[in-house]
Amino acid sequence: MRLKLFTFKGGQHPHDCKEITQNKRIKDIPPSKIMVYPMSQHIGAPCEPIVKVGDYVSMGQKIGESKAFVSAPIHSTVSGKVVAIEKRPHPNGTNVLSVVIENDFEDKLLETINDNYNDECKLSPKEKIEIIKECGIVGLGGATFPTHIKLSPPPDKQIDCCIINGAECEPYLTSDYRVMIETPIVIFEGLKQIMNILGVNKGYIGIENNKPEAIDIMKKVASNYDGVEICVLKTKYPQGSEKHLIKAITGREVPSGKLPADVGVVVNNIDTCTAIYNAIKTRQPIFTRIITVSGLAVKEPGNYRVRIGTGFDDILNHAQFDAENTVKVLMGGPMMGISQSTLNVPTIKGTSAILALTYDECHLDKEVSCARCGKCVENCPMGLMPVQLNAYSKINDLETLKKYDVLDCIECGVCSFTCPCGNHITQRIKLAKRQIAASKKK
Amino acid sequence: MNNLTVSYSPHIHGKENISKIMRDVIIALVPAMLGSIYFFGITALIVIATSVAFCVLFEYIWNKLIKKDNTTNDLSAIVTGILLALTLPPTIPLYMIIIGDAFAIIIVKCFYGGLGQNFVNPALAARAFLLACWPVAMTSFSKPQDPFGIFGKNVDSLSGATPLAVIKGESNEVANLLDLFLGNVSGSIGEVSALLILIGGIYLLIRKVINPVIPITYIVTVGLFGELFSDYGFLYHILSGGIMLAGFFMATDYVTSPVTKTGQFIYAFGAGLVTSVIRIFGGYPEGVTYAILIMNIITPLLDKNVKPRKFGKAVKDNE
Repeated sequence: MRLKLFTFKGGQHPHDCKEITQNKRIKDIPPSKIMVYPMSQHIGAPCEPIVKVGDYVSMGQKIGESKAFVSAPIHSTVSGKVVAIEKRPHPNGTNVLSVVIENDFEDKLLETINDNYNDECKLSPKEKIEIIKECGIVGLGGATFPTHIKLSPPPDKQIDCCIINGAECEPYLTSDYRVMIETPIVIFEGLKQIMNILGVNKGYIGIENNKPEAIDIMKKVASNYDGVEICVLKTKYPQGSEKHLIKAITGREVPSGKLPADVGVVVNNIDTCTAIYNAIKTRQPIFTRIITVSGLAVKEPGNYRVRIGTGFDDILNHAQFDAENTVKVLMGGPMMGISQSTLNVPTIKGTSAILALTYDECHLDKEVSCARCGKCVENCPMGLMPVQLNAYSKINDLETLKKYDVLDCIECGVCSFTCPCGNHITQRIKLAKRQIAASKKK
Repeated sequence: MNNLTVSYSPHIHGKENISKIMRDVIIALVPAMLGSIYFFGITALIVIATSVAFCVLFEYIWNKLIKKDNTTNDLSAIVTGILLALTLPPTIPLYMIIIGDAFAIIIVKCFYGGLGQNFVNPALAARAFLLACWPVAMTSFSKPQDPFGIFGKNVDSLSGATPLAVIKGESNEVANLLDLFLGNVSGSIGEVSALLILIGGIYLLIRKVINPVIPITYIVTVGLFGELFSDYGFLYHILSGGIMLAGFFMATDYVTSPVTKTGQFIYAFGAGLVTSVIRIFGGYPEGVTYAILIMNIITPLLDKNVKPRKFGKAVKDNE
């Protein structure tokens, strides 16, 4: 019997390079001597440091918080002494106020974090959301939207199902895949908590069909959970895009400019599920996350459990990367990741992967003029006309760009990827979108 | 290690590039070129070689003159050269080919900024230009040779009416459909054999260089109008003249055809309509060149107004 595959229109399947790391078990990378915690690791208002230079902090202690509604607190993931509070390089390319802690390698845990709560059943959804908020959980897929806000939709939005995003459509990335194989129960327990908080009885876990092993394991576990369904998705980038995942699984289309909650869906990442479960079970904030360290310049590629705050240099050195042949270092996947100008940046909550790419892996060709072949239009998952957006971005015509719905672009990179003329379409669109955003602020 | 490259995502790229696409087009044109040499002998080879050589040369010289990077290695000049040659009669004097090449490459393509910037198809524009300058030389067709006697008869006459002249009543030599399909008729060197062009066209479809919307819409439109409004049927119309070559290789030119599927449909339908109107009611025996040139000019309008369905749009409209 041929199974029906869930999918969407448009998109591409780049060579996924997942074979490099997909069979590597998750291993630990020790934290750095100097841990750096940028006060902005999420979408929303940055936190204010609540510790002073010279303070001793325990593992799990809150070191930054904000009173703003859209924000998430920052915690220390080691114990040690605060040695500096200053602007430090952030993986997004800016300098951000950061708390710098000298690790004493004692891992002295805050007393409130322990296994003895056993009150998951007694907690109300409100209390659980409060715990999630206090634990600083954000969307760990990379967007880093604060999870407590996602889980408390406005009362007029009727949520009827939640989706766990196990698509992992970015090339190279295998961390979610390994989590699904190694600790599937934790994902389901996390999903159960999410369903309980949202008051829904339908949960879907979407997995691309290039991960048959994970699908088998997850399907087996799913039989023990009511209302949870594993959806096998066609392998195609950007299947992991929230909007396209919802479209593929439920057939609903998130209207332009709206959120998933508007069509009654909440989407969470695999690693976020784990974090939610840990938070409710032990009141543990996000200490670690699973990242894929890969790329042909890395000699020991693999999936690693890394403490938030660990420097990229330490992680790459642990994975024995070849500095000579590294042309680009990315945080995230090659389609949407951010290239780094320095390795002196810390792992943050949104770091899903660190890739060290060689010259041959990167696309560094010169662009030639657009031949108007229309491949970008054919492949755009949002149904836009990147060829026109590219042309109008070149002459900086923001008004016309708006007419061509530039703001609906999800910046997935498919247009640039498929362009036979090597045009930097996505890149131009991004710049134009930021210019439009800046002009609105004025 | 200090030399990390920083750029916006995406950081990887698909395997396609424009030279590979152009190479595929050239490969797809090989059967038609070989056929032209078979049917018209060494003169066809000379016509094609001259046209290609001068197209590349003109692009090279132009880029040198205006101090731009050499773009001849994208192979698009070769494609233009071949396409122009295939639409020419075998008896054309070489200097006319060279002037045609200069018009195609320098005036139509390079004046507007090179590949991707021209608003009409360079090969067709050059053909139209030559047709206006030397109408007699451009329409004196000789009958093909048949050196191996595949068709059982070796026709040696120097000139012959094309199958299209029949539609206009200027000739009564109605070609049989098999000859039209295989190429045993008078005509431009590369347009006579529908079969050989079809092989190339199917290769392009398989390689996904082109999508079937334009060729199918165009060819079917011409056939249907021929069936309805002339005494000669569907097949006679689509197999004669430049329909096949135009449908698969000219109308599908990326630069001058719309980018959306709906736009492509309107464009190809329009081109088919104009072709048929010129053929059946107009003053010229063949309308392919002007039909496609006219639709080329309409392409920017189609691209502006025919947009693909945007994700999330239907829901918005319901509100």
